[in-house]
Amino acid sequence: MKTTTRLLTTVTRIGIAVSLAFVPLVAKADTLSQVAGSYKIQPSSRIGFSVGQVGGGGITGDFKKFSGVFKLNPSNIGQSSINFTLYPESVSTGQARIENFLRSDAVFDSANFPTITFRSTQITQTSPNTAEVAGMLTARGKTSPASFQASLADHSKNSITFHVEGKIMRSRYGMDVGTPIYSNVVQFDMQIEGQRS
Amino acid sequence: MLRNNRDSFGLISILFHWVIALIFLGQIPLGYWMTRTSDFTLQFSLYQWHKSFGFLVLGLSALRLVWKFANTRPGDPATMGPLERVAAHGAHIVLYLSLFLIPLTGWAIASSSPLQIPTFMFNLVVIPPLPLAVSDSAEAFWTASHAYLAYFSAFVAVGHILAALHHHFWKRDAILVRMLNPHHKDRQQTLTQEVKS
Repeated sequence: MKTTTRLLTTVTRIGIAVSLAFVPLVAKADTLSQVAGSYKIQPSSRIGFSVGQVGGGGITGDFKKFSGVFKLNPSNIGQSSINFTLYPESVSTGQARIENFLRSDAVFDSANFPTITFRSTQITQTSPNTAEVAGMLTARGKTSPASFQASLADHSKNSITFHVEGKIMRSRYGMDVGTPIYSNVVQFDMQIEGQRS
Repeated sequence: MLRNNRDSFGLISILFHWVIALIFLGQIPLGYWMTRTSDFTLQFSLYQWHKSFGFLVLGLSALRLVWKFANTRPGDPATMGPLERVAAHGAHIVLYLSLFLIPLTGWAIASSSPLQIPTFMFNLVVIPPLPLAVSDSAEAFWTASHAYLAYFSAFVAVGHILAALHHHFWKRDAILVRMLNPHHKDRQQTLTQEVKS
């Protein structure tokens, strides 16, 4: 009698475990169609960047002020889009002298060009949860193509998070001061959190 | 011709003297300019030039010192009194020390600054930082040392230049000429012979 109970308990436990193991798959299949919609980029997102320097190391920091919206269309990724605005005045590196240098007319010239904008032109799916986001980046009055790699990090009913990376050649925007001591390539490492709007 | 002899400096010593003197004197207005300009782009470049030339002075001075010890030093003119000799040699020692201490304190500024801007000598060679404490106060200390040493050495250099001119125009000896022309003795002899014949 006791052994039968034990056996039944074990079978039940295995059954529950197996069912639970399939839950994420089921949930994903459900929500992928549910993620369609418009999102507003949340202030809790992180716009990190780094610029390498000769001999190793470099400058790392992030931008505290930004805004943007994106539209997701999972059934036809190409119909998705993103508009993003960055306020370079909000650059933060932990070193006031470097920040003042970056805000000055040597780099961002944030007094005359208070925003940096990105508008997607083509979003292409590259794997089940990654996409290539191509668009036009405007900084310091110069517009040049730029592309970013986005990967789905997390999502729930009304929010979605992407990890986005990309490399920008700062010389294209008249910001090549300090090269070749500091790399011409700015690496962006961003956590974009969207809330359904 | 290349080496010094008892009467005259050789070509190598002469070149060391004037090349280092030219860079050393040029560094003073360059240093003054770069710390006062409000143009950040220009300032960044000027600092890099100043650092590159500083390391050039340091390297050339090290070679010059080796060359100095591998050569005889032309003697002082018999007309020089003991006080003049002490003043002349004292100034030479101060200037020699300056050629090392000023670049070294400059290197200390770049190494101790929280900005941690790499030194990329003439965009060719990465110079590693000295193992010094990194802080705003350490940077301020080395900056003050560098500036005071520079102004003091400039003062001594003016005395050195005036003394050379004094020898040339008032005492009419060969002190200045022997630092300009490695053949001066031969030439004087030739001229004397021509006059005699």
